[in-house]
Amino acid sequence: MDLNTLITVEGLARSFPAPKGGGNVTVFDELWFDVAKGEFVCLIGHSGCGKSTLLNILAGIDKPSGGVVIVDGKEITGPSLDRAVVFQGHALMPWMSVMANIAFAVTSRWPKWSAAKVREHCQHYIDMVNLTGAEDKKPAQLSGGMRQRVGIARALAIEPRIMLMDEPFSALDALTRGSLQDEVVSICTKTRQTTFMITHDIDEAILLADRILLMTNGPEARVAEIVVNTLPKGRVRNELHKHPNYYAMRNHLLDFLVSRSEDLRGMVEGVDPKHPPMVFPKAGDGGPQPTLAASRT
Amino acid sequence: MSTSSSLKAAILSVVLLGAFLGAWQLAVGGTGSSQAMDPEYAALMGATSKGASAMPTPLDIGKEMWRHISDPFYDKGPNDKGIGIQLGYSLARVLLGYLIAAIVAIPLGFVIGMSPLFYRALDPYIQVLKPISPLAWMPLALYTIKDSSISAIFVIFICSIWPMLLNTAFGVAAVRKDWLNVAKTLEVGRLRTAIRVILPAAAPTIMTGMRISIAIAWLVIVAAEMLVGGTGVGYFVWNEWNNLSITNVICAILFIGLVGMALDQVLYRLSKLVTYAE
Ligand SMILES: Nc1ncnc2c1ncn2[C@@H]1O[C@H](COP(=O)(O)OP(=O)(O)OP(=O)(O)O)[C@@H](O)[C@H]1O
Ligand SMILES: [Mg+2]
Repeated sequence: MDLNTLITVEGLARSFPAPKGGGNVTVFDELWFDVAKGEFVCLIGHSGCGKSTLLNILAGIDKPSGGVVIVDGKEITGPSLDRAVVFQGHALMPWMSVMANIAFAVTSRWPKWSAAKVREHCQHYIDMVNLTGAEDKKPAQLSGGMRQRVGIARALAIEPRIMLMDEPFSALDALTRGSLQDEVVSICTKTRQTTFMITHDIDEAILLADRILLMTNGPEARVAEIVVNTLPKGRVRNELHKHPNYYAMRNHLLDFLVSRSEDLRGMVEGVDPKHPPMVFPKAGDGGPQPTLAASRT
Repeated sequence: MSTSSSLKAAILSVVLLGAFLGAWQLAVGGTGSSQAMDPEYAALMGATSKGASAMPTPLDIGKEMWRHISDPFYDKGPNDKGIGIQLGYSLARVLLGYLIAAIVAIPLGFVIGMSPLFYRALDPYIQVLKPISPLAWMPLALYTIKDSSISAIFVIFICSIWPMLLNTAFGVAAVRKDWLNVAKTLEVGRLRTAIRVILPAAAPTIMTGMRISIAIAWLVIVAAEMLVGGTGVGYFVWNEWNNLSITNVICAILFIGLVGMALDQVLYRLSKLVTYAE
């Protein structure tokens, strides 16, 4: 195993009892991938393919029906403060202020800290996500973007080894989403935070991710391929489209979402699920990768 | 807008009250006659109601109310205590029975709400016990406890426990999964999760149960005290009925209503403190 690997997912499967009784529905199976230390990995897939289910398993909230998740050489058995989660629907406690929501997480991590120290620590992260002045507001008094930022601050504040984010920006308008993405870029590059993020926004994935996992449609979803971001690190949202590789990346991802995610459903024979094809979309490639065209036959 | 409409409502309330009292005064004042009554009964009535009718006028009620309010705490032997003392007895019984019920119902409701196993095991008993009129317990309570005052408290306990138990169980079971998941990912222990997450999340539902319970308890205490006698506003009503003092019966009815409203208001204020906007 690579020394630099932080998360390894091996043969992961999850099935639920079928709603009409009799047998199980397999949401996904034979998921294999890994995430390196300091890496930002995005997962793209259609609604209902099992992204949240996968993230819950990585978080330790849900148990897989098969396969293992290994973090730092050890199989995970449950939730851990080492893995912070930003939930799809912010999941702030509505009866607690912004400060109290974050302090709840901080005191869980460091129970022996004094109240003053907790406050100072929380304040640091509130400032980081540009919420200074909103400390005493309740979540209901905040806009959607502000709530999502509190969720991010709460996850960052426990200084986790891994951040797991479930479509943190999907409910936001384009402008708010953009500024929050910029904040995440700057925080993650500063702290070299290992992050696994679910999204179905292509531009978001290109901006944030070092690698992008593409998931086929469920049931029995798989990782169809791993797209390595060919745009160099230090990406800036407004400059993104000027890079020569941008359209190759974008078209490749779009093509996957629009048609190939369904074509590849149930996975094609002859492709080893342990080693999904790696692709490097570059300018001048012109459409989907030849390796994949071959595997589609 | 809202102040003017609430002013309108207030004016209408006063007008309705005036119309009601006016109609009452007209219907009762002077026209009634005691001739049709049994002579013995009429003699009795005459002794207490000093007028043409057994039914007092609003004015009589007003005077009597004022007498009660200006001297609520006198005590002239077992059959003649001020209304304040009687209400005090009733309130003390209600609060005691209610508090014990809360102490039992809320933790038990927590356990039921958190554990589907417990819920299913206890559900049949709750379904059977809940619809029993609290007064049906009275003979059993008197027989086993012997003390009539404690029996009344027991009846209050029995009638207030169900709404609190069921609402707590429901509120706890309905806590959003997301919040519990947050606690799980933060490795928060069970007790701390219960206190910091489940309790505040379920508090509005629990408070609703507590409000229903106090209303039922206040309804039941009057009937219970009519049965056990001795002290309390229920006994007062029954005693005044035996004295054939309809004026005092009506006064007591008004006081019962006012105290019931005050109890509900107190719990309403408390529930405001724990509600949260999502
Ligand atoms: N507790 C459950 N019981 C039964 N089926 C479930 C359960 N949770 C999820 N599923 C099913 O698993 C599938 C994947 O759900 P999941 O929430 O992971 O989708 P998703 O990829 O996150 O979708 P979205 O993009 O809309 O958030 C869905 O078909 C869903 O119906
Ligand atoms: Mg999801």
